[in-house]
Amino acid sequence: MVKSPTTWYEFPFIPGLEEKARNIIFHVPISWSTVVAFIMSTIYGILYLKKKDIDYDLRSVSSASLGLLLCVLATVTGAIWAKFNWGSFWNWDPRQTSIFILLLIYGAYFVLRSAVEEEERRATLSSVYSIIAGVTVPFFIFVMPRIMSGLHPGSLGDEQGKGPVLEFKMATNMLMVFFGALIGFTVLYFWMYSLKVRQMRVERQLQQITDTQ
Amino acid sequence: MIAATAYHIFIKEFVSEFRTRYALNALLMFVVTTLSIILFSIGQESPSPDVLSGTLWIVIFFSAMSGLSRTFVAEEERGTSLTLRLLAHSSSVYIGKLIYNFILILVLSFIIAAAYLLFINEFSVKTYEIFWLTILLGSAGLASASTILAAIIAKANTKGTLFPVLAFPVLLPLLLTCINATKLATEGAFLTEALKEFQILLSFTIVMITTSMLVFDFVWKD
Amino acid sequence: MKKLTFKSENITKLYNRRKIIENVTFSLSEGVSFAITGKNGSGKSTLIKVLCGVLSPTKGSLELKVDGTLIPYPDYYPHIGLVSPYLNMYEEFTAEENLSFMARVRNLGPDAGERGEMLLKEFGIFEHRKKEVRFYSSGMKQRLKYCAALLHQPALLVLDEPSSNLDQYGIEAVRKFMVLQKQHGTLIFATNDRDDLQYADTVYSIENGKN
Repeated sequence: MVKSPTTWYEFPFIPGLEEKARNIIFHVPISWSTVVAFIMSTIYGILYLKKKDIDYDLRSVSSASLGLLLCVLATVTGAIWAKFNWGSFWNWDPRQTSIFILLLIYGAYFVLRSAVEEEERRATLSSVYSIIAGVTVPFFIFVMPRIMSGLHPGSLGDEQGKGPVLEFKMATNMLMVFFGALIGFTVLYFWMYSLKVRQMRVERQLQQITDTQ
Repeated sequence: MIAATAYHIFIKEFVSEFRTRYALNALLMFVVTTLSIILFSIGQESPSPDVLSGTLWIVIFFSAMSGLSRTFVAEEERGTSLTLRLLAHSSSVYIGKLIYNFILILVLSFIIAAAYLLFINEFSVKTYEIFWLTILLGSAGLASASTILAAIIAKANTKGTLFPVLAFPVLLPLLLTCINATKLATEGAFLTEALKEFQILLSFTIVMITTSMLVFDFVWKD
Repeated sequence: MKKLTFKSENITKLYNRRKIIENVTFSLSEGVSFAITGKNGSGKSTLIKVLCGVLSPTKGSLELKVDGTLIPYPDYYPHIGLVSPYLNMYEEFTAEENLSFMARVRNLGPDAGERGEMLLKEFGIFEHRKKEVRFYSSGMKQRLKYCAALLHQPALLVLDEPSSNLDQYGIEAVRKFMVLQKQHGTLIFATNDRDDLQYADTVYSIENGKN
């Protein structure tokens, strides 16, 4: 289909996609990471509700903060791809809409947190909200593609099937770079997450010291 | 016992609303105002039934945002939240308020839908069964999500604007499905063609109510 | 009189990492009157809320047993009558409607009506029973709160500032029921009024959340 690259660092020239294909290296791992972040945030929320240990709430916020950042990036990289491939930045494609809804959920999560003054109550209410929002996720994953046919690679309307990643249509070296990026972003996420959690723990301890004086 | 208590709580909400008429008046005015705005902006144009289906559910959504949080927020504001907390089982409180919210939004959406049918000529529904069933199931879905979210924001500090912010992402799949089903109704589709939509609306409602019942205690009990 | 034991062990409540109450421990049984004293802001109201199962403690535990049965925390409400500035009646309803709503929700049975009437009379608001509560004075509202708290004959009567908003007659009625409660169950009250304290068997004083 595409002329095979001669060296490992040469990006295969895909007619129709050309340089734009590079987006896939960023967009997909970022989107993947933001979903992981959301799932982690919700799970820590559930753990907080069970164990009432405020550390779980710190972990939940840390995941969510990174998730929010990643979600913004995912939406932006997605919109850039959309502009160059489909003509406009926004198309109401189901996946595009879904990532936007996730962005709104993250936003709502932080707005809720800022509206609750007390620590324990804030943790409880935001955990409950993540659960409620989390429960609607299957709906927009399965509902949306039904309601709208998609432009997104891998949607129902795509004749090429499930998209380049799942169908392994990518050239081997491109695949390697892609999976490298996937692993790289995941590792980056977990590293940033652990930094954030440690930062929040220290902040809280500092506040505890200043409070009791 | 829980069901009976839930019923009494529902009746209390109903009578209370009837006595004070705070929310009811404001809501009705809101509906009238929003409908007028839509009618004025349509003017001489002939918007497609698709666009009108969308605006129908926008109005219903905003009515829900205006009216469905009151049931919990008012208890907090008037200091009766503790009273109720020490009076009844939390499940009864949830169910009673859920039913109240459902009836409220059902009546509102019925009024809005009727107004659309009466005053907007371009909005012609061909399959009435789909249309009214969507209103019914859509109201159930709206009530199911709104009740638990209302309980959440009642415990927060800035209640008013918080409600739509939390509700919109959660309700979006529901709204899109309702709009789709309404479009089918205006196109004259057969009842069975909208089956998928009804399944989605029904399962959304059931999932919301089940999840709400599991988490309600965490919100209601401090 | 119902047999009752109420144990509190190391109850601590934090608000944004600050200790509002710390290590509150005591043990009560039926026929006992327990007073909590402390200046304003010492944590009395927070402690009351925790004891009623309305606010969950950050640390520590509560154990309530009525007639030998362990009542699961935090659903103490069938056995508790609380009078507190934080607990209000429904102002759009009349006194009668408030009480009958409570009787129905608590599933109290047919004599609740009589008991409600008796309580309204004892607290001197019987003539106003068909007036909506929003027209009541603060003293009348306080009296109604007592009627509501006593309606279901709770094993544990909890009063936060028993004499507030009341005139001499109101206070007399309250004291009468405080004594009655000791005979039929258990009484907990938080107060700064020295005259109230004579009705206490045990006094627990709180300062900055600690005993």
